[in-house]
Amino acid sequence: MPGNSIQIRSTVLAICHDVAKEQRIELAPLADSLLLSESGLDSLCLAVIVARLEDSLGFDPFDTDGDVEFPVTMGDFIRFYENAAAAAGA
Amino acid sequence: MRLQQPAPSGFSLWRRMDIAGNLSGRWLRGADAGIRLDALSSSSGLSIQPHRLRGKSVLVVTQDQLAAALAMIELDGVVRRLLVCPPGLSPEHCSSLISAAGIDLIVCDTASAHIGDAGLERVTVHNRMIAQLEADRETDEPTEWILLTSGTTGRPKMTVHTLPGLTGAIGSRTAPQIPAVWSTFYDIRRYGGLQIFLRAMLGGGSMILSSAGEGAGAFLARTGSHGVTHISGTPSHWRASLMSAPVRQFAPRYIRLSGEIADQGILDRLRAAFREADIAHAFASTEAGVAFDVKDGLAGFPAGLVGRSRDGVEMKVENGSLRIKSPRTASRYLDEGGELRDADGFIDTGDMVELHHGRYHFVGRRDGLINTGGLKVHPEEIEAVINLHPRVRMCCVRGRRNPIVGAIVSADVVAEFDRPDHATDATEALRTEIIEICKKHLARHKIPAVIRFVPALGIGASGKLAR
Repeated sequence: MPGNSIQIRSTVLAICHDVAKEQRIELAPLADSLLLSESGLDSLCLAVIVARLEDSLGFDPFDTDGDVEFPVTMGDFIRFYENAAAAAGA
Repeated sequence: MRLQQPAPSGFSLWRRMDIAGNLSGRWLRGADAGIRLDALSSSSGLSIQPHRLRGKSVLVVTQDQLAAALAMIELDGVVRRLLVCPPGLSPEHCSSLISAAGIDLIVCDTASAHIGDAGLERVTVHNRMIAQLEADRETDEPTEWILLTSGTTGRPKMTVHTLPGLTGAIGSRTAPQIPAVWSTFYDIRRYGGLQIFLRAMLGGGSMILSSAGEGAGAFLARTGSHGVTHISGTPSHWRASLMSAPVRQFAPRYIRLSGEIADQGILDRLRAAFREADIAHAFASTEAGVAFDVKDGLAGFPAGLVGRSRDGVEMKVENGSLRIKSPRTASRYLDEGGELRDADGFIDTGDMVELHHGRYHFVGRRDGLINTGGLKVHPEEIEAVINLHPRVRMCCVRGRRNPIVGAIVSADVVAEFDRPDHATDATEALRTEIIEICKKHLARHKIPAVIRFVPALGIGASGKLAR
């Protein structure tokens, strides 16, 4: 279920850490300004993270009919989920 | 002990049952009725004398499996063409098959009387004897058997077989001193079940038939109470059975797996549960017939089987898939179902194999691939690894749509927990252990991205995991 933005942020960060640990990837500190491309997470990791977030939050912001601009930074990525939750809750 | 006569391959099913001997002590039993085979010497379950069906093209469509068994025994060697409908065929497909196969008579039981074209002649078959035979059984028509493929979409394809081809893997052996009582989870109107029915009938044994809607536990309890000695099913059937209580009172002499990949997990588990039984896994399909069986308790098959074998089966591996040429394959598709064989006479099974240390292992179906970021993944290969975990009872791996890599690997797992109300901690611990096993055996992109624990998984009518 869409939660508030603090819950969403903590869920996203927790799942990023879980997946990195599982995949034995050294994760850069997850600051908002961090480029996803420099986080250590590759496309397979991001794919797993998106799938687990869908199970955990109950929605997938990429699942739309329109074009989706893929988030570039960690902050974009988190906001992407926060905005989708806000839209769903509105 | 008495020796059977040499393989009388030109004889009808009834003649060969008779030759197998001792009809009086043998029987066929469904869930709620049974017949003694010697009754067939003088009586019939058909509503008209069987010889009046000579040369006809017959569709057998019954609700009752025992009635279908009787129809097969009574009609082989009599009718020109015998199309046996598996249960659950839609009325539209049924009508379409009737016209494509040139059917001119329908054999049905009272429960199936509404099915098919109303314009065709109908004969009823019962699951008991209803009439005395007026003459000896006719047995010299080389009946064409039409079996339907078990495809899940569209109208099934019709494959053309003969009784000698269908029974080519059975052979003639010394009649066992203790008569076998066979059973199978399959319906005998599908290729895998028909093989077991024919083994029982030609090998001097008796048989218990399965029943639609009966759970694995109830079925095993029933087979156990009738002293079943030989039993077959898919690995999914066996995984479901090992979770049921009646399996503990069950002591078969022979266990056969076919229809799906027999992975090491299920072979080991069956070995542990049935220490005295011979356990074999067979490779067969409706199109390719029975190719071989493996009795050494190991998954896959020895590479030495590829090439020409002693019993006329030739196998090759081309572009990763197993291909079979043998006298037991179907001769053709009856309708416009496409070419059955390649130019060299081999049937491409679509089952992909990989060679490791002198043994071929099945990795999955060619058409069942998951494409994850351009890398191909066989769900069955991952399932075999997950099934290695001792707490995993069965699992199903699927592709799940993913915006980043197209599809990711997702696994639904039926697991055994110490307590039914298992805590989140236990679930998480098991999830981590399964991921660790996968990491040990599989490339990174094959490790399930998502694991869900589910109470049960669906098994389709063909006995295979519903994917």
